[in-house]
Amino acid sequence: MSISELEFQAASVEGGPEQAVEGRSQWQLTWRRLRSDKVAVIAMITIVVMVGLAIAAPALASLVHHPPNIAYPNTGENAVGNPVGPGTNGFWLGTDDTGRDLMVRIFYGARISLFVGIVTTAIGTLAGVAVGLIAGYFGGVVDAILARFTDAVLAFPYVVLALSLAVVLGPSLTVIIGVISFFSWAGISRIVRGQTLSLKEKEYIEAARSLGAGPFRIMFIDILPNLLAPVLVLATLYIPNAVVFEATLSYLGLGIQPPTASWGNILAAAQNFYQVAWWYTVFPALALLITTLAFNLLGDGIRDAMDPGTERLLAARRGRRARSRRRKSAGPDLADTAGSAQA
Amino acid sequence: MTDESAAGVMTGAQSSQDDVLVRVDNLVKYFPVRTAGYVRRTVGQVQAVDGVSLTIPRGKTLGLVGETGSGKSTLARCIAGLIPVTAGKVTFDGHDITNLSRRKMIPYRREIQMIFQDPYGSLNPRRRVGAIIGDPFAIHRTVTGNERKRRVQELMERVGLNPEHYNRFPAEFSGGQRQRIGVARALALRPKLIICDEPVSALDVSIQAQVLNLLADLQRDYGLTYLFIAHDLEVVRHVSDSVTVMYLGRVAESGPEDVVYGTPRHPYTAALLSAAPAADPDAAASRQRIILTGDIPSPIDPPSGCRFHPRCPKARELCGHEEPPLEVKAGDGPTHLTACHFPVEAGENLATAAAARREAL
Repeated sequence: MSISELEFQAASVEGGPEQAVEGRSQWQLTWRRLRSDKVAVIAMITIVVMVGLAIAAPALASLVHHPPNIAYPNTGENAVGNPVGPGTNGFWLGTDDTGRDLMVRIFYGARISLFVGIVTTAIGTLAGVAVGLIAGYFGGVVDAILARFTDAVLAFPYVVLALSLAVVLGPSLTVIIGVISFFSWAGISRIVRGQTLSLKEKEYIEAARSLGAGPFRIMFIDILPNLLAPVLVLATLYIPNAVVFEATLSYLGLGIQPPTASWGNILAAAQNFYQVAWWYTVFPALALLITTLAFNLLGDGIRDAMDPGTERLLAARRGRRARSRRRKSAGPDLADTAGSAQA
Repeated sequence: MTDESAAGVMTGAQSSQDDVLVRVDNLVKYFPVRTAGYVRRTVGQVQAVDGVSLTIPRGKTLGLVGETGSGKSTLARCIAGLIPVTAGKVTFDGHDITNLSRRKMIPYRREIQMIFQDPYGSLNPRRRVGAIIGDPFAIHRTVTGNERKRRVQELMERVGLNPEHYNRFPAEFSGGQRQRIGVARALALRPKLIICDEPVSALDVSIQAQVLNLLADLQRDYGLTYLFIAHDLEVVRHVSDSVTVMYLGRVAESGPEDVVYGTPRHPYTAALLSAAPAADPDAAASRQRIILTGDIPSPIDPPSGCRFHPRCPKARELCGHEEPPLEVKAGDGPTHLTACHFPVEAGENLATAAAARREAL
């Protein structure tokens, strides 16, 4: 038994008998660990704020009286027709090249980016889990076909395909979501397949079969809960990929079309003005950076929180806290536990 | 297996014909050995079970013993319909249940339940105990909602668990408690037959006794029939009404528990019994172990004739050519069957013969 487990037991002893009946699920334990990870908490707050701003974008627009697609040639542009800087004439983050409010457009861009990121990851995760489960559980010919198809998708130069599809089908939100979803399921599918291959040999799967459970019940009730952890981590890390992918397509002019704001097309338009209007490039880029960074850090945090191996890192902190608490209410039995934990 | 041996089993089983719950006739299970890669050629067969016949009377316990690799667990899985059978027949309560499709098997799944060896591996770590024990009700859609919860808690109480632990996870229980969860799950649908695949071999001895006593109580209360697999001879002796000894996919000897343990006729049974540790040190000191030569051979390429002949202290030339039928030997009761050309006689000292054979090698 490792030190961390003992520490944990000591902590649950302190928890008292009132929580004795209901077992703590994996998720409750993960949540407890995640809450003590400062970086992950900051990332979570950042994401919540960003989502909040995106949802509240119309309200913010009416607050500053600047709808996203209205140009203000008189107040939003200077004498030579260039964007005005942050704080000028009520434009908090300045304006863009046609005199529109940059801040409002960034928040409207967040709506698109987060929507695309979350929807494509959701579709990709559902498809990936389904394909991976079916391939891994049924095996044989089904697996051979699905696994080779997955490999083919992973091997495909996806930017090239995405660009050609956008050109052929014409750029639209639906095409973007379709393309990004199509390229995000394969990685998840491969992980799920591998996990399923090992999980289906467990004795509890045989127990379920001996009870008469059908293949789909086994897949979704017995196997799926065991692989939600890696899938959740992967999905969290796929969201920023999708956000960047959308920005890339829009930047190249194949994604969201102006005048609808997206971080990608704001950046594309901004590149001609970086010498005269730094804010035009910096603020949308910063929004993109902060969002992707927050999702990546949260994903790392969830992975650490779910992996019992990292318990040791957190245990040091928890141990320090527990010791100081013990000094206050010096119980002899707890001191014993601490002694054996140190041994 | 030859025709005479099958006939021998029939005559042997005749006496209990009237109330037989499970009848296995000449069951064969080969696992193909294939090469890796896309073109998978079959290069051999693992002859896990090769012509086994047995009967289990209703309400009784049949103990199945044998070394690791003797085909006990494979046989159990064939009877439970978890793996397809290569040849032979399994009859349950008068119905042929050999190789039924999953759907056709469903009604029999309610009647045949299994308890598994590993109390850690046989419970899904991500599901709460209440859900695990309630699984049989959910799968067979018999009871739902609050009624299901009540039944699950009843079952938990029946097997000696605290019903308030309904919402806990398997990881929060000890090995013995986990095995009780497995027993509760097997019991949920009031089956007729419970196949216990080494149910106590992963437990401490003190806990083993508790679980065995629980199984005995349940058998008495619900009239259960057990197929009890173990490699611990004392455990099998304690629970069984009759015993079948398997060696390398075949039955070596079978008969009532006291007869097989008291006067074993097959040299393998005798060797197995002599190898079991005795609790009494005086008895252990005076006992002569029959030490066999070599290991159990590979089931991919089993020996010809009697499968035990390369290791048998009594083997003669005939044993390598001709397979001995499983039959009643002279002087034995009608239910005591032995598959041996030269069965062990009363008072014979096999230990000396085995030692002499080891010397010769």
